[in-house]
Amino acid sequence: MADSLIEVRDLERTFTVRRRTGGLRRRATTVHAVHDLSFDVPAGEMVGYIGPNGAGKSTTVKMLTGILVPTGGHLRVGGLEPAVQRTELARRIGVVFGQRTTLWWDLPLRDSFELLRKIYRIPEPTFRANLDRFVELLDLGDLLYTPVRQLSLGQRMRGDITAALLHDPEILYLDEPTIGLDVISKGRLREFLRALNAENGTTLMLTTHDLQDIEALCDRVIVIDHGTTVFDGPLAELHRQGGSTRTLVVDLVDEAEPISVPGAEVRRVEGPRQWLAFPADASAAPIVSAVAASYDVADLSIQEPDIEEVIRELYARG
Amino acid sequence: MLYAAIATRAFRRYATYRSATLAGIFTNSVFGVIYSFAYLALWAQDPDAGGYDAVDAVTFVWLTQGLLMTVAIWGGGTTDDLAERIRSGDVAIDLYRPVGLIRWYLAADLGRSAYHLLTRGLAPTLVGMLLFDLRLPDSPVAALVFAVSLPLAVTVSFAIRFLVACTAFWLLDATGPRVLSAALAMFFSGTTLPLVLFPGSLGTLANALPWSAIIQVPNDLWLGTHTGRDALAALGFQLLWIVVLLGCCSLVMRAATRKVVVQGG
Repeated sequence: MADSLIEVRDLERTFTVRRRTGGLRRRATTVHAVHDLSFDVPAGEMVGYIGPNGAGKSTTVKMLTGILVPTGGHLRVGGLEPAVQRTELARRIGVVFGQRTTLWWDLPLRDSFELLRKIYRIPEPTFRANLDRFVELLDLGDLLYTPVRQLSLGQRMRGDITAALLHDPEILYLDEPTIGLDVISKGRLREFLRALNAENGTTLMLTTHDLQDIEALCDRVIVIDHGTTVFDGPLAELHRQGGSTRTLVVDLVDEAEPISVPGAEVRRVEGPRQWLAFPADASAAPIVSAVAASYDVADLSIQEPDIEEVIRELYARG
Repeated sequence: MLYAAIATRAFRRYATYRSATLAGIFTNSVFGVIYSFAYLALWAQDPDAGGYDAVDAVTFVWLTQGLLMTVAIWGGGTTDDLAERIRSGDVAIDLYRPVGLIRWYLAADLGRSAYHLLTRGLAPTLVGMLLFDLRLPDSPVAALVFAVSLPLAVTVSFAIRFLVACTAFWLLDATGPRVLSAALAMFFSGTTLPLVLFPGSLGTLANALPWSAIIQVPNDLWLGTHTGRDALAALGFQLLWIVVLLGCCSLVMRAATRKVVVQGG
């Protein structure tokens, strides 16, 4: 436990919500946004923090960064108590929101970075070296003198990631970093984050709805729902426990009886199109070749499991 | 220096709205003319009202027109950005930074006020000088004391506006408090009528409230109403309110970050 960078024990956060119950009367109810939450993150790990909407992900991240005070439990980040030592902690962490920008929208990217250099008192040589590196890796060269308001979403996101990393944070929190990005941008961003983790040892905590982000980046997944941990372990294990399936969508040349191949079962048939489910941790290759060997196939595609569904399954199985 | 960089950035940001600035200067000048004739009519009835003569009164009008935007009497500027960021939840980003929120916004507001002083302050005053007989500071010392009182006036006004913006942490929308605050500021700063005209205990009260530090005090320093020790006392009065109000800002911020949920995200 001593070498945990993030330490969360029995963390609690309740909100009082007042609801109108007719007329002028209002009743106060207590909502547990985070309840009895515990986990540890050692330095250098890449953790996916996932859960359905309203599960308490953002509430947790707000407490980890110190902008929201826990109502109970124990919380340490890098040995600091976030809400009390928020300013000190801020120098050691970076935060990226997919849906908000930390850049100044009416300034060129370069000016925002310059202002951040002053905010974080980054030594000139470090600043220069980091900026050069990120500009190259994230391909920002042409954009440095463009005002932020004129950047596209993907460009802005790259700018935001650079902004969060200029001061060499030990921990980087990413909230939906690939939301709204196209496939190529997503891929490049993931590659960049992997390299960052490998080279700088930056600890990454990622909240996302995109399972592929997790697959590409995270050794470990923490699933929370109703404010508490429902799963903590490797992704493969989550798939196994959640019994999650991938789906092979087969378009046959002609309508046919449900396909029968080992390792997969037909879930749905619609004319010449059939949906075959198989375990998420199994390879699609043998199933595809078995189908192709016995049927006339016009087209094939694979659907990845949906995280909400995996979690639902996890619940259904208790 | 970080705060200088923030202030310069705020200055530059406002400097991009040139036509708005020109329109504003025109408006200030028109109001200056209207108020001047109203005050001249008033002082024709009583040439020594409140201890001002007619030239003092007209000078007061133009100084006030020049200061309105500089001190952002109606609210506006940086503190409106803050209220909006609290409402939208973007204030979370400001809180992630290792920089005090109050100092940050104060620096930005001083940068903004410098721009408004050079444009919305200077230009109407020159118009007033062309059209009317205005009083200039008696001595370089008086001019200097006036100059010192300006950033103090902006800071007092900033602290009040900051507190108003912070109500958004609880109310989500600071429009109501802002309208109320603007009305109080107009009346108690001397913008509607110089506070020297307020009779008896209303006058005493008005002169003791922080709003008088925003318009009435700098104007009196320019007019030479306060000289010597009195002038220093006037600056001290501004400083006192700055300490009290910024102290309140800091308490409110502490309460806000302790209790209140940052919206959304």
